[in-house]
Amino acid sequence: MLVHPLVVRVTHWINLLAVLIMVTSGWRIYNASPLFAFHFPNDITLGGWLAGALQWHFAALWLLVINGLVYVTYGIVSGHFRRKLLPISPRAVIRDIANALRGRLAHDDLSVYNAAQRAAYLAIIFALVLLVLSGLAIWKPVQLHALAALMGDYEGARYLHFGAMALLVFIVLVHVVMVLLVPRTFPTMITGRLRRAS
Amino acid sequence: MKRRGMAGSLADHSRPQIERLERRLFLKQGLSVGALALLSGCELTDDESVQKVLSAMSRWNDRAQGWLFSPNRLAPEFPESAITKPFPFNAYYTEDEVREVDGNDYKLELSGLIADRKPWRLPELYALPQTSQVTRHICVEGWSAIGKWSGVTFRTFLERVGADLGAKYVGFNCADNYSTSIDMATALHPQTLLAFRYADQILPPKYGFPMKLRIPTKLGFKNPKHIVEIMVSNAYLGGYWEDQGYNWYSGS
Repeated sequence: MLVHPLVVRVTHWINLLAVLIMVTSGWRIYNASPLFAFHFPNDITLGGWLAGALQWHFAALWLLVINGLVYVTYGIVSGHFRRKLLPISPRAVIRDIANALRGRLAHDDLSVYNAAQRAAYLAIIFALVLLVLSGLAIWKPVQLHALAALMGDYEGARYLHFGAMALLVFIVLVHVVMVLLVPRTFPTMITGRLRRAS
Repeated sequence: MKRRGMAGSLADHSRPQIERLERRLFLKQGLSVGALALLSGCELTDDESVQKVLSAMSRWNDRAQGWLFSPNRLAPEFPESAITKPFPFNAYYTEDEVREVDGNDYKLELSGLIADRKPWRLPELYALPQTSQVTRHICVEGWSAIGKWSGVTFRTFLERVGADLGAKYVGFNCADNYSTSIDMATALHPQTLLAFRYADQILPPKYGFPMKLRIPTKLGFKNPKHIVEIMVSNAYLGGYWEDQGYNWYSGS
């Protein structure tokens, strides 16, 4: 039984690579002029110095955006989003998160996402879209001035970019913990198929 | 990562000690392999083939930014009340190393594809039509500050000296051994200013006496100070930071 279509699997792993590069190089860029009273340890950043980090960031940007466009286009056109991520209600999300925290979230059929998963995956898409838009506003506050104005201008876009990064990293961490707790979901994201239940 | 001395544990040759040590080393190696991709970000970036790809992407981004650039789109202007005080000093050296240029001896040299290459003295430059702008200076590091600059529109100056406006690049050499270069489209942008004043005062040394090229459509490091030579060229000219890996176009 096919749990994850090929497009979803391929874009998932390319996205992982792109996000890893974007986040770790982004931390290095943040360190050059921190918004808050902390900086990221240089050992967990990419690029070696500001210019190197910027090179990585603006190279991986294309990977992230093109891959994201393929995924979102596929999700909309094929009905994947509608089938897998909808419907979603706040009540169901809260119920499933509460169940998950008590270790009681049923996850028998991997092809059907529970409400907590739907919320998490939608939030990741939302955070990435926000990251790209605020990133564009930071990169081109003059040429894309209308977009920048929407994001609170150059300085506002910097905070928004940081906030969206924090949201993304948080959900990804939860996502990784959930995969560790339900390890049979991991090979499925590679092969697309469910291994016979053991 | 702190490395603890192993001399103590090695002095005792009992098996459990060694096994524990081996396990520790194994764990350490496992961690290093897992974290290699991130921890060696610097080495990875310095790798020749990786650097080749990153440089190629940076040149691709130069072109993409050239396409995005609109010659008529103006950078936002601000009221004087929005000016950042004090306006930050920034250079590749610290503020106590600022180069003092003698205004009496000063000559602006012109070279390359320019019809009238006679050098300019300060009084002649001050006599050109002057205009002001209050715009946001955005540093490649991320911070930004709003300031007021006055001077002659660079386009007016380039036309006055008979520069080849169809050439690709305009380059700048500076008294502090800094250099940079820009595309002709940006050089001709209506807000690109050969600035002689900051906040209505003759540019103090720290802001680039006797002149700075103020480009509100580019990052701060593309705004050279203490300019002593302007050249027009069809050959790529690079620059102090650009040659070290910063994106050449760096438009905003």
